Amino acid sequence: MLHYLLNRLGQSLILLLLVSMIGFAVLNLAPGGPLSQFALTPGMTREAMDRIAHQMGLDRPLPIQYLDWIWRLLQGDWGKSYRDQQPVLQIIGSHLFATLLLMGTSMVISISLGTWIGIRSATKRHSLFDYSTSVAAMVALSIPTFWFGMVAIYVFALKLKWLPAGSMYTIGNASISDYAIHLIMPSLVLALVDIAVWSRYMRSSTLDVINQDFIRTARAKGLTERTVLMKHVVRNAMIPMITLAGLQLPTILGGALVTETVFTWPGMGRLFLDSLGYHDYPVVMGLLMFSAILVLAGSLVADIVVTIVDPRVRLG
Amino acid sequence: MSSAIYPATDLGAPPRWWRSRTLARFMRNRLAVVGVVMITLMVLACAFGPSLLPYDELFIDLRARFAPPLTGYHIFGTDPLGRDIAARLFNAGRISLMVGFFAMLMSTALGTLIGIIAGYRGGLLGSVLMRVVDAFLSFPSIFLLLALAAFIKPSPFMITVIIALTSWMEVARIVNAEISSLRERDFVLAARSLGYRSSTIMIKELLPNAIGPIIVAATLTVARAILLEAYVSFLGYGIQPPLPSWGNMLNGAQQYLDKAPWLAIVPGVAITLAVSSFNFIGDGLRDALDARSDGN
Repeated sequence: MLHYLLNRLGQSLILLLLVSMIGFAVLNLAPGGPLSQFALTPGMTREAMDRIAHQMGLDRPLPIQYLDWIWRLLQGDWGKSYRDQQPVLQIIGSHLFATLLLMGTSMVISISLGTWIGIRSATKRHSLFDYSTSVAAMVALSIPTFWFGMVAIYVFALKLKWLPAGSMYTIGNASISDYAIHLIMPSLVLALVDIAVWSRYMRSSTLDVINQDFIRTARAKGLTERTVLMKHVVRNAMIPMITLAGLQLPTILGGALVTETVFTWPGMGRLFLDSLGYHDYPVVMGLLMFSAILVLAGSLVADIVVTIVDPRVRLG
Repeated sequence: MSSAIYPATDLGAPPRWWRSRTLARFMRNRLAVVGVVMITLMVLACAFGPSLLPYDELFIDLRARFAPPLTGYHIFGTDPLGRDIAARLFNAGRISLMVGFFAMLMSTALGTLIGIIAGYRGGLLGSVLMRVVDAFLSFPSIFLLLALAAFIKPSPFMITVIIALTSWMEVARIVNAEISSLRERDFVLAARSLGYRSSTIMIKELLPNAIGPIIVAATLTVARAILLEAYVSFLGYGIQPPLPSWGNMLNGAQQYLDKAPWLAIVPGVAITLAVSSFNFIGDGLRDALDARSDGN
């Protein structure tokens, strides 16, 4: 087990190194690069630009800049925002809660609903339910999240006036129920794509399990259909879903970015867009790295959980 | 298996494509057929629509601002500047579909190249290449796409390139898996013992055997690329106005949601239809190209 853990951790670290190289390359090789925000300042001369570049260490060779940057990253110094001189890590931290709240709620919704739909369409294969949910899932995967959000706002906020059109809480009334009401629409909108993904995978995973011998044995020893389903089928069909949860993280994070924009949700996605608008290079860079770390950590946790839950997984 | 339907033909004659089982399997998938019909209609509408409409997509008529659908000749209404939405929608469709198509070509080419080299060579080079694929997959693609789009001067061509740069990984994974399983087969050994060069073996021997999954992945990539273009353009970093695209038509739509909901509804429906059609076709192709699914 320890050997497996170390091995898996090593893989994650190598990936993290590659991820940091890609992120660094992306933002440095782009024309304009980190200095582009200063180029727009009126009265900026070539000499002044060069001086700023020197102060920021941008006139050094790229590999040196990269090593310097990664060394500081490891020490927790993620740079300062160009906009308000706040440490990047602190800015990200102050937006983290909103995004995690949105993502967490939406994952709970999509996993429970998706799993239910998947099991039902697998047990009632070729039924109307199975057919209509599989078509619905494919359409759901094709709807742009932001557009679905707009339609939801139009129907539930503007026409029916049931739910607020955006933001995380009402100013002056930040109670838990107020948070909950604001959370309903964005989390459901964000969940749509994942419900589709989960129900598809759960369906095929359940179909894989349902035809196996130990299910027939369970039926043969006289267990009720319900017990067979809950105790034998679902439990085993859920195992691949743990890995899926890890793999789905980048999609959910990306979806959160768009959902936050439509619902003016004060999370990391909005921060990312605002920082892009200001060419706030350290924050953009920090968010890119932070999201990749989150994704790598998520898949690492998922893999470890699978080895604990499923004794059949060979550790090597 | 079902020789009654497919009568034995002269073995020397080339197989006729309209009699192939693959086509028969594809036609049996109703959704896939619907997808093909919808895409054909959309391409025709976008190709010929603009010249049939009485309005230009850039013609501004301030007296006709916010006209709801079906006012006069404005079948889909007008936007805040009084421009005809139908004309903009069809012109935008040309751009969005082209971006989707060319991004698919580029990312499939790149993904196939990386996947085939990693799969055939294997070893250290193979695992390094596949770790790079994993690293690219660790970024939420919208984050990477936006970062690239914001720092590069956006033109339709550059948008296509960066969409391709953030969506080649799936193809690379599929091709890699396919090629690694084919690599040890006898026909590859035969080709190698005949003294073929590695590049010849990869292109002439291995690639044709992996073409099915590549076609499926490519079709799904078109869907994905159209969606990604819509996301970046909606957020203001994609196709720049006055050039219309389905994504940037939605860009200003949210602030007029109460007053003019058709501004949001029309392009959104177009995106959903196009993307779901490609997804349906991809799904149909997957079943059709998989010979095992016959008789199911």
